[in-house]
Amino acid sequence: MNPEDLRYTQSHEWVRIDGDVGTIGITDYAQKELGDIVYLELPEVGHVFNAGEEFGTVESVKAVSELFTPVSGEIVEINKGAVTEPGIVNDDPFGDGWMIKLKLSTDEEVQKLLTAEQYEEYVKQEEKEK
Amino acid sequence: MKFLPTSDADRTEMLRAIGVSSVDDLFASIPAEVRKPADLPAPLSEIEVRRMMGSLASKNANARESAFFLGAGIYHHWISAVADQMLYRAEWLTSYTPYQPEVSQGTLQSIFEYQTHICLLTGLDVSNASLYEGASALVEALLMAARLSRGRNKAVLSAAIHPEYRETVRTYFEPLGLTAVEVPAGPDGATDAEALRAAVDDDTFAVAVQSPNFYGVIEDWENGSRAAHAKGALSVAVVAEAVSMALLAPPGERGADIACGEAQALGVPMHFGGPVLGFLACRSDHQRQLPGRLSGETRDAEGRRAFCLTLSTREQHIRRERATSNICTNQALMALAVNIHCSLLGKRGLRDVALQSHAKAEYLKGEIARIPGYRIPFAGPTFNEFVVEAPERAAPLLSRLARGGILAGVPLSRWESDSENRFLVAATEMNTREEMDRLVAALAAQGSGAPSSGRSQ
Repeated sequence: MNPEDLRYTQSHEWVRIDGDVGTIGITDYAQKELGDIVYLELPEVGHVFNAGEEFGTVESVKAVSELFTPVSGEIVEINKGAVTEPGIVNDDPFGDGWMIKLKLSTDEEVQKLLTAEQYEEYVKQEEKEK
Repeated sequence: MKFLPTSDADRTEMLRAIGVSSVDDLFASIPAEVRKPADLPAPLSEIEVRRMMGSLASKNANARESAFFLGAGIYHHWISAVADQMLYRAEWLTSYTPYQPEVSQGTLQSIFEYQTHICLLTGLDVSNASLYEGASALVEALLMAARLSRGRNKAVLSAAIHPEYRETVRTYFEPLGLTAVEVPAGPDGATDAEALRAAVDDDTFAVAVQSPNFYGVIEDWENGSRAAHAKGALSVAVVAEAVSMALLAPPGERGADIACGEAQALGVPMHFGGPVLGFLACRSDHQRQLPGRLSGETRDAEGRRAFCLTLSTREQHIRRERATSNICTNQALMALAVNIHCSLLGKRGLRDVALQSHAKAEYLKGEIARIPGYRIPFAGPTFNEFVVEAPERAAPLLSRLARGGILAGVPLSRWESDSENRFLVAATEMNTREEMDRLVAALAAQGSGAPSSGRSQ
């Protein structure tokens, strides 16, 4: 269920690399854990973030969480549709529910991120510890 | 309940248990030279206490028995007996901020109604459940604007904002690494629009202007709004005399993004300066950064009208250190007073209060301006308060008048070292024509024979 072509973080974000642009969102597991998402706060285009920095917040009916970027770079686009209709993140977390696009500052960070398989393993472990 | 929890026998037993012979032995380690016996008078009976307190209280001048023209941030308006009757009901008076809020539907409804009054008066979309007072309301407004700007560091303030509000801003800003730049008032007493525009740059997150300002002069909110919006900053409207909003254009209609200030004038007694009531309202675009509690209208499981605390994820009991503010309470009882007052007076009643206050202040201003030696230094239009320049130092002049039962005004020297001869005079619907004429006559009498000393500016 976690697309093979994406890379993942332990804070449940994913990144899709396309040339020097990374598209970032949260995983299906994350959206299920959050429940109905009602509000999304995203940065402005032009902001520069280092990997691991907070780039926004996601709020559901039962929780509010910070969003962390898996890779460093400058924001080139945000998903305005998801800001207007945050429910789209629940409906299609890996597709229309993407959040930001970054112009990557380096291509080295991606290799350190989890693969789909490693992420699934991590989620299983996290579930066990609940 | 016992008010004297230990008897002599209890004390003896306790002393024996810990192995000392007297209460004084407990303090043996404190050097004798700093151990002074408390020099207290003999106990009094209840009758004597009442007599003593009454005699102390009678030394205070009070608004009821004086000709009262004090303002400078706290205003003397009429409050109906109905308000007290409602306010002192135990259900309201003794309840604290609800921690399981939805069981307190009455409290939430009252807060919701208060918020509605503030939204109507400010012309903005969302009001919080209230804050402590005007100065910290301005701080919260500015911090909110700073968060919304994501990384800008500078606020531009009109120097005609209440000096105590500006001092509170400086207190909060310093440890946060934020700066506040002040733009002085021009010769007419209003903030210089051009200087305001020039002070705003790309690092500015907010422009704050008070109207009526500290000198009583009505500002054009749009000067602040235009200056702010030209650089992508937010426009913050500050109001210290909330009755003015019933007459003047609401800040929300003049470009303000956030309105804040002091709502005491809307039904809260002067209370020797507190408790009073801070208000804060904003556009719905910015509601996520609005600090404090917020009561919302909803439907219960059976479809009936109900109220709930809403957008609580902004608050510290949910978001801890990431909350919009450490404010987790509100001034519910004072907000209720405002709710009752505004509901009683209604739109026309409030407007009438504002009109009367303005008309009386205009009369008084005209009469004082005619006294030889006195002048009104600022030509800008005023609402119900204005600055008077006397031919002598204001503080001793006002003290002399106070001894004659006229509390004529507040000396500006309290805040501004270069305004020795100037003082603020406020009038409200409470002032009678006779009182105003008495003030004018007293000032005129002071003028004759009193030596002129010092000068202002």
